[in-house]
Amino acid sequence: MNLEKVVFGFFILLAATLNFGFVWGDIDDPAHHDAYELFCALVVSLIATVLKFGDRTQIGAVHLATSLVADLQLIAAAVVWVSAANSGVPVSPEQTANIVSLAAGALLANLVSVTLLVVETVMLRR
Amino acid sequence: MNSALFLALRRLRFPIILLIAVYTIGMIGLVMIPGVDENGTPWHMSFFDAFYFMSYTASTIGFGEIPRPFSYAQRLWVTFIIYLSVIGWAYAIARVLGLLQDRGFQHTLVQQRFGREVRRLREPFYLVCGFGETGMLVCRALDRMNVRFVVIDLREDRVAEVDLQEFQTDTPAFAADARFPANLALAGLEHPACKGVLALTSDDSANLAVAMAGKLLHPGVPIICRAMNKSVADNMASFGTDHIINPFETFADYLSLAINSPGKHRLVDLLVGEPGQRFRPAPLPPRGHWVVSGYGRFGREVVACLDREGLDVSIIDPAPALPGRRYVSGMGTEPEPLRQAGIEQAVGIVAGTDNDVNNLSIAVTARQLNPRLFVIVRQNLQANRALFDAYDAQLNMVPSQLIADRCVALLGTPLLARFLMLARAQNDGWAEDLAGRLEALLPGRVPALWDVRLDLDEAPAVYRALTDRDSEVRVGTLLRDPAARAEPLNALPLMLSRAREPQLLPARELRVRAGDRLLFAGSVAARSAQRTLLQNVNVFDYVHRGREIPGGWIWETITRQRKARRS
Repeated sequence: MNLEKVVFGFFILLAATLNFGFVWGDIDDPAHHDAYELFCALVVSLIATVLKFGDRTQIGAVHLATSLVADLQLIAAAVVWVSAANSGVPVSPEQTANIVSLAAGALLANLVSVTLLVVETVMLRR
Repeated sequence: MNSALFLALRRLRFPIILLIAVYTIGMIGLVMIPGVDENGTPWHMSFFDAFYFMSYTASTIGFGEIPRPFSYAQRLWVTFIIYLSVIGWAYAIARVLGLLQDRGFQHTLVQQRFGREVRRLREPFYLVCGFGETGMLVCRALDRMNVRFVVIDLREDRVAEVDLQEFQTDTPAFAADARFPANLALAGLEHPACKGVLALTSDDSANLAVAMAGKLLHPGVPIICRAMNKSVADNMASFGTDHIINPFETFADYLSLAINSPGKHRLVDLLVGEPGQRFRPAPLPPRGHWVVSGYGRFGREVVACLDREGLDVSIIDPAPALPGRRYVSGMGTEPEPLRQAGIEQAVGIVAGTDNDVNNLSIAVTARQLNPRLFVIVRQNLQANRALFDAYDAQLNMVPSQLIADRCVALLGTPLLARFLMLARAQNDGWAEDLAGRLEALLPGRVPALWDVRLDLDEAPAVYRALTDRDSEVRVGTLLRDPAARAEPLNALPLMLSRAREPQLLPARELRVRAGDRLLFAGSVAARSAQRTLLQNVNVFDYVHRGREIPGGWIWETITRQRKARRS
């Protein structure tokens, strides 16, 4: 067992699960989507990205690309939330749907990342 | 891919994760710990407020307590995260600085920049391996010829020297071992604009490796090699290295010419010198008894040459004995061995050891014993030039200069090597006669040499006339003055090469064909005049048919219509 692989797999999976947890629920109901969860998803996704730095293989490059996409989507969701929450009126269902759909895009990228992880593991057969 | 970036990212993985962790811990604390506003009601920071606060606090900008004054619980937490984030940043910056100072990383950066510079070269360039004395002389000459080049050398200090030389163009240079094909490829061996490879390192086996790599990785690119040993030279020749220059052999050849055919010697001197310089014919070595001091690679070649010419030779060398030769054991630096070798009756001495001070010492002592001696002295290092200039021997043999001159002649005028080979087969009277004509062309000066290929690139005007209009163009046509066609240019056709079939001194009446290659000698002005004639259709038509052709589309059309109406 390789500790590096454990940490790597842990962060990739955690990024996907947190992302999923944030997206889960009615898309336009602010009560179903928690700011802490989005924050954690973003941080874990960033850490997962940094962990993927420096792998020169083809699969490593795709890994990094998926992570960058997830980061971009989550940051976009966070920016939308910040501007919506500080405009003086409560966050509307439309804005919530907007934020959650951006995070759902990140979820797709994270799922690809997890799939890659699984494929890589199956290919190794060890 | 960009390997320096990847290397940096991999090395900075931990510091970046540490920073992310510090920010996260700080932000979570800030969001969770409640503050109290002036009315006594509790409030919480939003994630964005926390991120904003962390950003300006961790980077020590410190805007203060935003959005409203903090409670003591918050201040306690902020004190903690200030120290935490400063440590995090300090660590990350230290890692970045450490990475920048890392030799491996710097090497990767330099290598990448070099590779990029070489890949971006669009003009034709030469790959020079080895930037020692020879390499430097060749590079200076290439620079004067406005040709670009790429340098690789094993030693970093020599590569630094490239920048100090102040060449006209930026010269990509890199410290790497030329024996490894990967380094040669990085230096542009496989680049389509690579016009030739010059292996000029002081290591014969490295030159051999470069020649081999060149032949295999970029077939067809000409390779010029320096080789000090005969076996290596033979090895290079075996796989078709284009030009192998052994300075000792070249010099011995030159010496043979000087002894047995003064005409050819004079011709070679005229053709290989630097164009436009004052022509100083080298003095001719006399026949008689010769003393050769130093029987190494150089001494052997010289002795073999003197033997061939049937001259009487005695050798001075520290080696114990040489059976079957007139031989004195010792250094030639003291008078006694020189006397024993018969210096008083000798006509000439060759001071040919591999030590410059010894060579000068031999030459000075010998001249004291016999002032009428013809002195040939070997100068190993360019740095000692002042000493050798002051001594003023009849012939000064400088290996690096010899190789450089040869390289430049071969690169500047590829037909010259062929011409010299053919000229050697002629008799001496022919050479004497040609040397006389060349000297009459430019009294007291070394003529410029140039070769021309009658193709679309080098001579578009002539090429069009030959292919489109099928007109008769003679060698003499190319040698008329574009300003006044009755006047001949101050130049001489030396050779015409057609389908690899060379013809020496082609007659002016000879018809040329498309694809012919011609070698000319003459003044620098004649060369540039001929260039306009070869390239400008209007100039060529004037010289060829003696009439001015209207330039431009409108005038051409009007003339054509007028002609049609008339006929």
